[in-house]
Amino acid sequence: MQKKPELNGTLLEVKDLKVHFPLRGSFVERLVGREPGSVKAVDGVSFQLQRGEVLGLVGESGSGKTTLGRALLRLAEPTEGAIVYDGRDITRVEEREMRSLRRKMQIVFQDPHASLNPAMDLETAVGHPLSIHGVTKDKVDMRRRVSEMLERVGLAPADRFLTKYPGDLSGGQKQRAVLARAIMLNPDLLVADEPVSMLDMSVRAKILELMIGLKDEFDLTYLYITHDLATARFFCDRIAIMYLGRIVELGQTEEIFANPRHPYTASLLRAIPEPDPAKGIPRDLPRGEVPDAVTPPHGCNFHPRCPRAFEVCGWEARDVRDLLEERWAGMAEQEFTREQALIGDLDALDEVSEIARVPSTEGVRSRHVVELLERIRREQPETRLWKGARSIEEGGKEALIQFHEGLEPRHLVVDSVEVECHLYDDEARGRAEEHARKGRK
Amino acid sequence: MARPSLTRLFGPIREARGVPKWVVIAGIAITIAFVVFALFAPWIAPYDFDTYRTADGVRFPKQGHPSGDHLFGTNVQSTDVLSRVIYGARTALEVVILAVIFSLAVGLPLGLISGYFGGKLDRVLLLVMDSLFAFPYLLLAIVVAFLLSDRLGRGVMTAAVSISVVYVPQYYRVVRNHVISVREETYVEAARALGAKPRTVISRYILQNVIQNVPVIATLNAADAILTLAALGFLGYGIQPTDAAEWGYDLQRAISDAGAGIWWTGLFPGFAIVTLVTGLTLLGEGLNDVLNPVLRRRPIQAVILPERQSRLPAGEAGV
Ligand SMILES: Nc1ncnc2c1ncn2[C@@H]1O[C@H](COP(=O)(O)OP(=O)(O)OP(=O)(O)O)[C@@H](O)[C@H]1O
Ligand code: SF4
Ligand SMILES: [Mg+2]
Repeated sequence: MQKKPELNGTLLEVKDLKVHFPLRGSFVERLVGREPGSVKAVDGVSFQLQRGEVLGLVGESGSGKTTLGRALLRLAEPTEGAIVYDGRDITRVEEREMRSLRRKMQIVFQDPHASLNPAMDLETAVGHPLSIHGVTKDKVDMRRRVSEMLERVGLAPADRFLTKYPGDLSGGQKQRAVLARAIMLNPDLLVADEPVSMLDMSVRAKILELMIGLKDEFDLTYLYITHDLATARFFCDRIAIMYLGRIVELGQTEEIFANPRHPYTASLLRAIPEPDPAKGIPRDLPRGEVPDAVTPPHGCNFHPRCPRAFEVCGWEARDVRDLLEERWAGMAEQEFTREQALIGDLDALDEVSEIARVPSTEGVRSRHVVELLERIRREQPETRLWKGARSIEEGGKEALIQFHEGLEPRHLVVDSVEVECHLYDDEARGRAEEHARKGRK
Repeated sequence: MARPSLTRLFGPIREARGVPKWVVIAGIAITIAFVVFALFAPWIAPYDFDTYRTADGVRFPKQGHPSGDHLFGTNVQSTDVLSRVIYGARTALEVVILAVIFSLAVGLPLGLISGYFGGKLDRVLLLVMDSLFAFPYLLLAIVVAFLLSDRLGRGVMTAAVSISVVYVPQYYRVVRNHVISVREETYVEAARALGAKPRTVISRYILQNVIQNVPVIATLNAADAILTLAALGFLGYGIQPTDAAEWGYDLQRAISDAGAGIWWTGLFPGFAIVTLVTGLTLLGEGLNDVLNPVLRRRPIQAVILPERQSRLPAGEAGV
């Protein structure tokens, strides 16, 4: 087999890719003509994939990893941006042309059981890529190639497996068959979407070893999707950390582990389960849920959970709601009732706005709400949100918290690592210092 | 290749326990009995369906009581009721098999295309099929039979086509809905990722998984189709009486006999209809239980609940 030289240039380049899934609004909403919005599964992602490398794509559930992987193969339609494969823009290539391109780009899905047609035996399934692309029509040749490939992925003797149906195989065997099918056409790129996460612990390492072997033998380039940083460290040359549709940090694996730049990466690393649970290292994944991808947080997506967020990170009304709810959840009932009696319906805070309008209850003067907010601020001055608050004022029936203008993090390169965070952006920091100075005066 | 798929089909029947198994076997037995009648009618039946006299030209008795010569008696046209019942099975199966083939031939591809591609085509087809479905089925069959009788005459073909028009929407609907759920399966996306054309995806990845439901619907619809055929015959829109024996027509002729105490002309065709419909229904329901693993019953183990402690005062507990 002819060896392709290692890392000779870019195989795939993604530029500001967005994949939005439109929500199907209710009938009434459509009648009224209101935009039902969309799930911003991938929201502006750029990276390059070098020939022969393994790039890890790591992130929590719902961060858009699978969608990004599917979009690269045009299995999900890109909304904006560009995908350049081997020097060719394939973002808008027609399905017909895409079909022949798929010989060179393959994907392995998370669930090996679901990836195989239950009504198709292994010989047909693994050989199907050959007949789809007309590589061979000859039954004998087909069987020979399939058998070779099955044995290569560890399903030996092949004769035993040719006539098996997916239902007869274990999870690990199925994933081997899926890999065999994917490699059959000798592709360049393999997107592996959590290929081992649904397998037993005992077989995970073996499948990963198999994938490493296949990569060397067939000169593959991998995009390895996982939520497990430990396997990513073992497997990947570079790692991209994804959060809510964006890649927030991308760099060499050692560099990411030794010196995480983005606060989210840092918290993920602290959250890697310790081998010895007795050590009881605190697992401090940032508090809170992953916000929903329909209306992502203002400014930096990560600011509601970020332990280092500051003035310009995008503070907004919804953060005030979270703050109040969290405060009340940990409070004695009596105090909670007294505070809650002052503040009206928190739904008023559910908007994307740099002014939080905290409503007062009927008959309560907004001055009391302002006083309450001031007190909360005094009690917990370290809460990040107050860094972003420019002023707290009375305004009719509500207290107004005005936040500093939020900025979207820019794509920065810091010592060979790509990162999207204001902490590394001198301009943003300058702006924040200015805000802070004015605040002190 | 064929053998494994056969065992895959019949495996579940062997594995099934308890009620469903017996249901299927009873259904199979009844259905086979009628198929035998249909296939071998000329050998089984003592006379032809329209014979009204012996070879020597002696006319059979009119509305003759069941006797040695005529086990089920004779009817108002002096034909042998037993022979007509047996030949009726032949007519029924011919029509039903044709009808199932026709409605599958139309409903299955339309359902596949509509479900896989979705979009405008899907909406239009769905609308058409739903309006067909909403139409009173007998009226629909009568209208079609009436329209076709000019061109095709009033034979088996016309009856089969008018019945299949009634059942196309059902096949379409079931297939379409199933395709829509199968389309979202990962293995379908995997097939697309391999570069398969829509035609390949449908025929190799979707059809095989959708077709499993078809035997069930087909048998259940066949049972229903027997009734529709009989109704057409009963109302006088069915098969020309000179063409073939047909139970519905016989029933209609037997109406006036009933008042006169002549029970055999109506009872036997009626009994044939009920038995075959029951047999096919049992077969269909049984197949459904056996082939559909979701519904397959597992032996239920008794659950022992702790003593119930009512918080309500004794008097209110029952409210
Ligand atoms: N076909 C779709 N239609 C609508 N929304 C979708 C679709 N596919 C994914 N989404 C949404 O896009 C977001 C990202 O999903 P995605 O599956 O890409 O995340 P993920 O990072 O792969 O998560 P996981 O680790 O759970 O696999 C989620 O909010 C999901 O609900
Ligand atoms: S920009 Fe950086 S510091 Fe600010 S919220 Fe985002 S991650 Fe945290
Ligand atoms: Mg995923």
